[in-house]
Amino acid sequence: MKYMAEYRDGRLARALAGRVAAEATATRGYHFMEFCGGHTHAISRYGLEDLLPPDVRLIHGPGCPVCVLPIGRIDTAIRLASQAGVTLCSYGDLMRVPGSRGTSLLRAKAQGADIRMIYSAADAVAMAQAEPHRQVVLFAIGFETTTPPTALAIRLAQRLGLGNFTVFCNHVLTPAAIQNILESPDVRELGRIRLDGFIGPAHVSTVIGSQPYAFFAEEFAKPVVIAGFEPLDVLQAVLMLIRQVNEGRHEVENQYGRAVRPEGNERAQADVAEVFELRKRFEWRGLGLVPYSALRIKQQYAAFDAERRFALEYVPARDNPGCQCGAVLRGVKRPTDCKLFGTVCTPETPMGSCMVSSEGACAAHWTYKRFRDGGRRAPSAADVAA
Amino acid sequence: MCLAIPGKILDICGDDPLVRVGRIDFGGVVKEINLAYTPEAEPGEYVLAHVGFAMAVIDEAEARRIFDALCEVAGIAASQAESAA
Repeated sequence: MKYMAEYRDGRLARALAGRVAAEATATRGYHFMEFCGGHTHAISRYGLEDLLPPDVRLIHGPGCPVCVLPIGRIDTAIRLASQAGVTLCSYGDLMRVPGSRGTSLLRAKAQGADIRMIYSAADAVAMAQAEPHRQVVLFAIGFETTTPPTALAIRLAQRLGLGNFTVFCNHVLTPAAIQNILESPDVRELGRIRLDGFIGPAHVSTVIGSQPYAFFAEEFAKPVVIAGFEPLDVLQAVLMLIRQVNEGRHEVENQYGRAVRPEGNERAQADVAEVFELRKRFEWRGLGLVPYSALRIKQQYAAFDAERRFALEYVPARDNPGCQCGAVLRGVKRPTDCKLFGTVCTPETPMGSCMVSSEGACAAHWTYKRFRDGGRRAPSAADVAA
Repeated sequence: MCLAIPGKILDICGDDPLVRVGRIDFGGVVKEINLAYTPEAEPGEYVLAHVGFAMAVIDEAEARRIFDALCEVAGIAASQAESAA
């Protein structure tokens, strides 16, 4: 496929990696965080870490919306879906995420809840139109890329006068999460994460543009290179970051110019601003409560807000005590540091969210990199129990 | 989750800005995609589709410029790289 195949060329990848090795100063070391799960997946799938010299380390960030959704929100969705007359529409990514006490949307569906997997937010609107006797709720998650389609679904439902369509809004914001990481004790005080720059989001940036990252580049003196999700995109971005570091620059550069404009998609931004407003705070798995990091539906669209219509209450829930998803999401731990990884927690029976989504750091490592762990001792049953 | 796939617009139907829809060819698989967020998109162009919505029109000239730069850095002629792809 055009705009995909040419960015997966192995010969070019090796040549680019050679340039990276030639330009990276061995004694210095480079630690770059890729924010997006899409990058995490590409890095593992195409073995990019094996192509890069050992002094260039890629740290997986919290940019997988499935992974950062706290268990309490999954529990809320399951409670809602279990109500008589309610149809919950969810993107496929969320179906297997573990809730409290071994629940998941898939298990709730097996037990009789009307939970349906959709491809597009527009599908949920069409469902509400076709089944006026059902209360159709869209379980909306995602970063800035996925938010405009939800806004459009609400505007469409309003125009159609649908009284049976609502949205359970869990949309979150990328810049707030990046700022949270840069200001975290792990980075600033404890020095547990060293960050020399960011591989900036691909499709989030098609919507918000490249301007929102200028603050991080300037305020925290960290270079940002926006990159596409194909392997050559990532390698080229790494080279651009290394050049910035070597030259003492910290700017926002755009490797993904074929899709990202500096101003982003203004029509999509206008729709989001029309329908949504900032929440004062929102809980993220791994990051905790992050101020102004998520969106809720504005008062004027309250009729389409599932939290209002069904008076949904948020009850925080604890992660499995052995699960290290939180630390993995902050970049403090690697998947293999978790005792559950690859023992009781696999993509078939995930214990934590990072093992569910194919973009999660644990699932990516399990699928593509576990064979390289080689000599690592497999955790014993005693480790798991501890 | 934020994955978006590039596809070529075959044709477009509807003038309604909320539900303007295009038939998009993704390497042989054809799907209807909402074009509300890419009103400038025209048949023959490529868009990036995410959850049923086109979020950006691919800028062919910019794609060419950056890919050429990539090939130059790698020391391989762009024409060679593309024929291998």
